[in-house]
Amino acid sequence: MTPVRQKLVVVGNGMAAGRALEHLFETAPGRYDVTIFGAEPRVNYDRIMLSPVLSGEKSFRDIVIHQPAWYERHRIDLRAGCRVDAIDRAAKTVTAADGSVTRYDRLLLATGSDPFIVPVPGRDLPGVRAYRDMDDVDAMLAAASGGGDAVVIGGGLLGLEAAAGLALRGMRVTVVHLPPHIMERQLDPEASALLRSELESRGIAVRTKANTAAIVGEGRVEGVLLDDGTILPAKLVVMAVGIRPNVALAKAAGLAVNRGIVVDDGLATSDPAILAVGECVEHRGACYGLVAPLYEMAKVVAARLAGDGSAAYGGSTVSTKLKVTGINVFSAGDFAGGEGREEIVLRDRSRAVYRRLVIGDGRLLGAVLYGETSDGAFFLDLVQARTPVAELRDALLFGPAYAPAELPAAEQPGDSEPIAPAEPERRAA
Amino acid sequence: MNVPVRTTCPYCGVGCGVLATPGPDGSVTVAGDPEHPANFGRLCSKGSALGETVGLEERLLHPEIDERRAAWDEALDLVAARFAATIAEHGPDAVAFYVSGQLLTEDYYAANKLMKGFLGSANIDTNSRLCMASSVAGHRRAFGSDTVPGTYEDLEEADLVVLVGSNLAWCHPVLYQRLLAAKERRGTRIVVVDPRRTNTADGAELHLPLRPGSDVALFNGLLNHLAEAGAMNQDFVRRHTSGLDAALDAARLLADGTAELTGLPQETLDGFYGLFAGTPRVVTVYSQGVNQSATGTDKVNAIINCHLLTGRIGRPGAGPFSVTGQPNAMGGREVGGLANQLAAHMAIEDADARNLVGRFWNAPHMAERAGLKAVDLFRAVGDGRVKALWIMATNPVDSMPEADDVRAALAACPFVVVSDIARHTDTTAHAHVLLPAAGWGEKDGTVTNSERRISRQRPFRAPAGEARPDWWIIAEVAKRMGFGEAFAWDGPAAIFREHAALSAAGNDGTRDFDIGAYSGIGEAEYDALEPFQWPAPAGGPVGGRFFAEGGFFTPDRRARFVPTPASGTPRGTGPRLVLNTGRVRDHWHTMTRTGLSPRLSAHMAEPYVEMHPEDAAAAGVAAGTLAVVENRRGMAIGRAVVDSGAQRGSLFMPIHWTGQQASRSRVDALVDGVTDPVSGQPALKDGRVTLRPFPAAWYGFGVFRDRPATLRADYWALARARGGFRAELAAAALPTEWRAWFEALVSPQPEHELLAFHDAATERHRFALFDGERLVAALFIGPDPLDGVSRSFAAQGLETTFSTAGDRMRFLAGRPGSAAPDRGPIVCSCFEVGTNQIASAIGSGRVTIEAVGVALRAGTNCGSCRPEIRKLIAAATGAF
Repeated sequence: MTPVRQKLVVVGNGMAAGRALEHLFETAPGRYDVTIFGAEPRVNYDRIMLSPVLSGEKSFRDIVIHQPAWYERHRIDLRAGCRVDAIDRAAKTVTAADGSVTRYDRLLLATGSDPFIVPVPGRDLPGVRAYRDMDDVDAMLAAASGGGDAVVIGGGLLGLEAAAGLALRGMRVTVVHLPPHIMERQLDPEASALLRSELESRGIAVRTKANTAAIVGEGRVEGVLLDDGTILPAKLVVMAVGIRPNVALAKAAGLAVNRGIVVDDGLATSDPAILAVGECVEHRGACYGLVAPLYEMAKVVAARLAGDGSAAYGGSTVSTKLKVTGINVFSAGDFAGGEGREEIVLRDRSRAVYRRLVIGDGRLLGAVLYGETSDGAFFLDLVQARTPVAELRDALLFGPAYAPAELPAAEQPGDSEPIAPAEPERRAA
Repeated sequence: MNVPVRTTCPYCGVGCGVLATPGPDGSVTVAGDPEHPANFGRLCSKGSALGETVGLEERLLHPEIDERRAAWDEALDLVAARFAATIAEHGPDAVAFYVSGQLLTEDYYAANKLMKGFLGSANIDTNSRLCMASSVAGHRRAFGSDTVPGTYEDLEEADLVVLVGSNLAWCHPVLYQRLLAAKERRGTRIVVVDPRRTNTADGAELHLPLRPGSDVALFNGLLNHLAEAGAMNQDFVRRHTSGLDAALDAARLLADGTAELTGLPQETLDGFYGLFAGTPRVVTVYSQGVNQSATGTDKVNAIINCHLLTGRIGRPGAGPFSVTGQPNAMGGREVGGLANQLAAHMAIEDADARNLVGRFWNAPHMAERAGLKAVDLFRAVGDGRVKALWIMATNPVDSMPEADDVRAALAACPFVVVSDIARHTDTTAHAHVLLPAAGWGEKDGTVTNSERRISRQRPFRAPAGEARPDWWIIAEVAKRMGFGEAFAWDGPAAIFREHAALSAAGNDGTRDFDIGAYSGIGEAEYDALEPFQWPAPAGGPVGGRFFAEGGFFTPDRRARFVPTPASGTPRGTGPRLVLNTGRVRDHWHTMTRTGLSPRLSAHMAEPYVEMHPEDAAAAGVAAGTLAVVENRRGMAIGRAVVDSGAQRGSLFMPIHWTGQQASRSRVDALVDGVTDPVSGQPALKDGRVTLRPFPAAWYGFGVFRDRPATLRADYWALARARGGFRAELAAAALPTEWRAWFEALVSPQPEHELLAFHDAATERHRFALFDGERLVAALFIGPDPLDGVSRSFAAQGLETTFSTAGDRMRFLAGRPGSAAPDRGPIVCSCFEVGTNQIASAIGSGRVTIEAVGVALRAGTNCGSCRPEIRKLIAAATGAF
């Protein structure tokens, strides 16, 4: 006898939701009838691969994760391009933009994040884009087709990928960055300086300690005005200064919301029928904008949905990798120096190779790699597993080929992709 | 393709035949000469690597006066003038020659003739004084002549071979391989008598780790046992010897205390004595452990006494057998090139002999009495009695006991001449005149090996630069002093003829050394001369053994038993630890040649102090750290090798490291000039020292494409590597800043690229300097001896092409990653096979030396490393 299927409604058709459903279908096939609402009129695609699409190394087709057939096979009711406007927790229904009302037994919020738009005059001019989805990429490609000047506001991971992509597409690109170093969240000043000179050698201008006062233009963007009075001409301005968890729906439904939607270790919101996963989530005070933590959460939320009440998410160690061809940077964990912190550093200036490991209490706390990043996954594993490294220390910096074989392996080697386009950097709103 | 030149190896006294084939580019490939009766084609690791030692980069290529280049004429004129003036003013004993067992016989003959017949002094001594003077003295006391009775074949025909004070496996490897091959065939039993458990002992049935210096007690005990056990050959003793009773009395004096004196259990002694007594075919091989002793001559006679008592001498597979350390120690003895000899095995005390030689040479100024033996000679230099000194082919500033005194003596000596092949040695540093001598491959003449076999050293290339044969240099000085007629040879064959004629002059069987058959040898015959064993009297039988039927060279033709009373107590007071010194497998003397070979330098790349675990613990010295060995004379630093095969209370250090290769490891600077009262040979293995840890603030290991000008560290030891140099470093204080220290060391050029690694908290720093894809230099620094840094891996970096940034980054790991296994310390020099490779072969079931050889080729060329491979197999399999 077939048990009665429960009704699972998923709000969001991004990578976190997709990964959670894959786990769910694997462990508890047929347990739920699934409905997915997605704001974008597309199937689920690999958002972290937008930069290669921008640079021309991949096409959209290459980065699709779930083809329509996947949705059909799992008898998913996909409502692409259909935004959910409200949740009725008492009635256990969601109301969508098309006016439809859908009942749920369990609701999974995967609303992701919105790009942060710097509140300066001119921010709404045509030609000003965020860098978040395929629509943004299409708009940037259209702008780039005639060459010309572009300004990227934000010298973080995503902004630099955008800048590199636009430069490859033939634009003269200037990166405008408020802090003193680009990618200051992911890189220490030394690695940041190496990265800057590499970008500059590719013709990308970088202005740090540069504050945007306004975006100027008549009818469409023509330039960026800095607070020192400089005007940078631009036919395209890309805003890449950070993301904000998309919490509006949850907040309106009266769920506990802080910076993100507050969840417990079981990824349940303040309403036990409602779970949340991905960039919209705030777990133990932390919000994540990288793919690896999302996948870790997806695994736990799927287990919970499948009935495993013991599955728990303990937070993630984040790592970063810039996806610009020919530039290898990697960072993981906490690499701030200071009291009680020890450093192992290697420099090969002429080849722009730099590695810095930060050790505290006999464990690897963080790593910054520039130029030679092949061992990033190894360092991430060590940080996550809190492996004592005293015995390995002599050759630790040189990677796993120098470590004993019995070192504990990464928990989920398949999830070791430490790459995300999402911008973890946030400004105070 | 050039035709191989048949020549002779220039290292130890085995005297192996070598086929040397020069290449068009100045290189030379070597192989053992299958027809040479010393080695039948075998070569040891040192001989095999001769091709790596003939480069010119360290050679002295032209004469120098006071460190400026000079013409030959000017230099020779100066030497002749200064020696003549010194003699004129202070008499002939104010000048001296100090020569070498590495001179060819012809060179040696010329030097001896000039000093003893023309300058009028016998102040010519030689580094053979440090090597086999006690054997000479022992032979002369027992036989009336300096005669080695046996031949190498005796080692193969014996049923028992007793090796006394001989690390044959490392110091005479080919002879050892012949012995092991015989053991395979006939089950020869081998007994090793040595305070240390050496590699030689690993191939023996029985190792007697006797207390240092107690050999006389051991052999007195044996003599007593043989007499009591009825092993005496009554007939031989009655007909051919005299003096047995006194010798037996002396032997019996402390016979009951043998166990106590030697530190050996009575049952071990009984076992050895019984084995010796019951084995008619017994050879007792002895070397520096016997000779380099204050009782060396007595040790020799205590051994010979046992062979005389049993009549086991001069018979196939039986006899006492001194093996010499140098390629031509025997040739030097034959020409009489020691201060207490005359010439051609004639005694300088013998007035008739002096007359005979004086007439033969037509000598104007015959020496009338013995000259100064080595230790006394340098003391005489030191106190100003000797004012002009000519040193040939040796390095006394490092090899003499009280070496710092020798250095000071040379520094103060008014006129020092050094003939050598090497420009920079600790001795050439004190020369007023440097004379470039022809080296191996350039020299032309003969040498005599330990079994009295005379072989040709033949040239295969012209002398380097302006180098000249030693005999020519000597003859040119002689001419300039007015003795031209007596030194007018046109080549080495002429000298050899004269030498052969002198050996026959007035001989008539009264002297063992007679090669009169060659006194008329022509140039072509000399060129083609096959190795032959003396004696070779004109018209008489050639070669063979001596004394099976008596015929000793005493006036009554009887051998003498020499009473050798054992001494019950070690000498002196003062520091407790005995400092033993000796050779390592792959180096030779002060490394002016073997030090040029990367292969040979890989086996032991730095000086070390071998010690017993309990001595190490008592001194607080940990294995692998640095140890300081010191006494009132000074101090030496070496890597601590903790080995239970060492004897408690006894340290061992190798003799090879000089001021050219290491900061403070001149071991003979710590050794007192105590000598054997009969032979004058110094007790080089009997230093007295204390041991303590070196207080290292840091340790370092570096590799360098070019030799660093200075290594600014309290301890450094520099060795060749392929493509450059490698160095171990340490110091008691940290430098201010490591990068600056490294850059001062290697002087980076603008195009060089620096990699730096710092782990400040653990005080580890590493640097690498690249020139494109090639490594220029690298340095690894840490607070401990850097066990994580594979020296062979790092040295290989000098030969590696680093094509990617990752490659060169990973080089600073100091060891190969899992993709490329580390060979480990090199065991087999010939094929550069390391311990890790051997261990892995053993691990995969190759548990015999042969199987390891098939898998890795290790041990299949020279075989010198086979004892070490055997040890690894034993350690891995628990079997022995």
